Amino acid sequence: MTDQQQQDLIHDEVEAGTTTGLASPSVDVTSDRQNSLWSDAWKSLKRNPLFWIGAVLGVIFTLMAIAPQMFARGADPRDCNLSNSRVLPSAEHWFGYDQQGCDYLANVVYGARNSLIIGVVAVLVLLVLGVAVGAIGGYYGGAIDGLFSRVADIFYAIPTILGALVLLKVGPSTNLPVISDRGPGAVALALALFGWMTAMRLVRSQVIAVKSSDYVAAARAMGASSPRILVRHILPNAVAPVLVYATITIGVLIAAEATLTYLGVGLQRPAISWGLQIDAGQDLLRTAPHLVLFPSLILTLTVMAFIMMGDALRDALDPRQRS
Amino acid sequence: MGRYVARRLLLTIPVLLGASFLIFAMVYALPGDPIRALAGDRPLAPAVVAQLRDQFNLNDPLGIQYLKYLGNLLHGDLGTDFNGRPVLDTIARTLPVTVKLAAVAVVFEIIIGIVAGVFAGIRRNGYFDNLVLVSTTLIVSIPILVLAFLAQYTLGLTLGWFPIAGTKEGIYSYILPGLVLASASLAYVARLTRTSVAENLRADYVRTARAKGLPRRTIIVRHTLRNSLIPVVTYIGADIGALLGGAIVTESVFNLPGMGREVYNAVRQQEGAVVVGIVTLMVFFFIFFNLIVDVLYAVLDPRIRYD
Repeated sequence: MTDQQQQDLIHDEVEAGTTTGLASPSVDVTSDRQNSLWSDAWKSLKRNPLFWIGAVLGVIFTLMAIAPQMFARGADPRDCNLSNSRVLPSAEHWFGYDQQGCDYLANVVYGARNSLIIGVVAVLVLLVLGVAVGAIGGYYGGAIDGLFSRVADIFYAIPTILGALVLLKVGPSTNLPVISDRGPGAVALALALFGWMTAMRLVRSQVIAVKSSDYVAAARAMGASSPRILVRHILPNAVAPVLVYATITIGVLIAAEATLTYLGVGLQRPAISWGLQIDAGQDLLRTAPHLVLFPSLILTLTVMAFIMMGDALRDALDPRQRS
Repeated sequence: MGRYVARRLLLTIPVLLGASFLIFAMVYALPGDPIRALAGDRPLAPAVVAQLRDQFNLNDPLGIQYLKYLGNLLHGDLGTDFNGRPVLDTIARTLPVTVKLAAVAVVFEIIIGIVAGVFAGIRRNGYFDNLVLVSTTLIVSIPILVLAFLAQYTLGLTLGWFPIAGTKEGIYSYILPGLVLASASLAYVARLTRTSVAENLRADYVRTARAKGLPRRTIIVRHTLRNSLIPVVTYIGADIGALLGGAIVTESVFNLPGMGREVYNAVRQQEGAVVVGIVTLMVFFFIFFNLIVDVLYAVLDPRIRYD
């Protein structure tokens, strides 16, 4: 038994005013298998080259989002000179220049920040929504669960991009907070609003699977309250699948952001975003293909980083995969 | 079985109504003004605005507006766009394009996805298996937007093998966009088939078949494939519903006049009736194909019984 679990049991007893002696058993049967899931997972992750490729790419793009000037080779994305318009890549300027004659490497590098922020924020909001709805529905069951599940079905039937597209299009003419300002927050919120259902189903099924186990009954017998049982004893079971899902989804949502921006409802100029760059470059595909190529390449590598990490994590956390 | 289907059909109704109401509410209830959007930069005369608002029921409360919409829907009337064209005509014009595109995509999923998955699954951890694993990770990671431009530039512009836009060359025009649209599902089908085949090859019935001396080929084609393809077939079935609703980017990049591009244009021009009509149809397809798949499970796998 870990210290944390022991403290939990003591806390449950104190809260209920009971002493069963269970909180301080004389023989600790679990001590030599402490945190086995996570330490085993880490052992298997360490050996997975896909994880390392994903992790290194992930670190690079995170650094790029935090300090883009480190990667821009001294160029300023807004320092443009029309005489350089559409100059092809060279040894001096690796990504060439765009239509307005701005250094393209600097522009692509500065695009990382918006993409990463939107991906991470959208996943966090989506997790809060999905975990809350899934946990409550799964735990209490009955009419609440039926209602929540139908609502999830309704959102699930609308394609994420389509729902976000409509919401972001009508957003600016509303006076709703965040949604109306056409910024990264609006895009993240729209994606989360039409993307929380899978997290909800994941959590709900985990909650239903363990809520009738003996250890939950034991916690209840010791007088732990429902929210406490849910948060302390049931939800930790869902951490592994939710973590895998969240990692992959950051990548998927970064792609979705670029798509929405490309479709004209996401980030707006003068924001720097890969979606805007691809949109601007598409008409010049014949004469200056590098304008679509470079933002596409970096976008793909970013998405790939998260999908690879998530895939590796899934393999590591799935005991059936171990030999 | 009959009871299960009936119950599922009944459960479908609130989901369909809820989804169409959600879209309806977003398009009409949020305090944007479709009439102002219609007018563009030049302000309309107040009398014209009043007449248009009346015509599109914009003065009623949201619930009443939606009920009126549903009432008309039952008469086969999906409303008209701001130019007076019936939405039903727009759907009739764009649906065949989207159906053809989805059909081409499904053919790619079946041919490439299943074949790659079967060969990878037969020799797990072999050279081909690793190739499939790496390439599917790669394909899944490429956003469909990027893939569309990549295909357009390489296979279309540079090599000139395929037309890059429009539908002038009949079914041939659909090959490139179909491949792009299918890509992510194709990778998933390959992975699913691979896992399923590999698992089934370890099953007891395969050992029995081998023990009685059947050739490996017969074991794989007659016994393993039949069982392995159950999840694949059902995945592809459900994917048809998703493909019919998820082709916005593909149709826009390749300039195919299908439902996806139409709904995108309608969203941009705030053509509420068109958006609600097409999205509701897409949601219907999605739910319908999922229902078919659930029923199909019981037909394909006799161990599953719903009653």
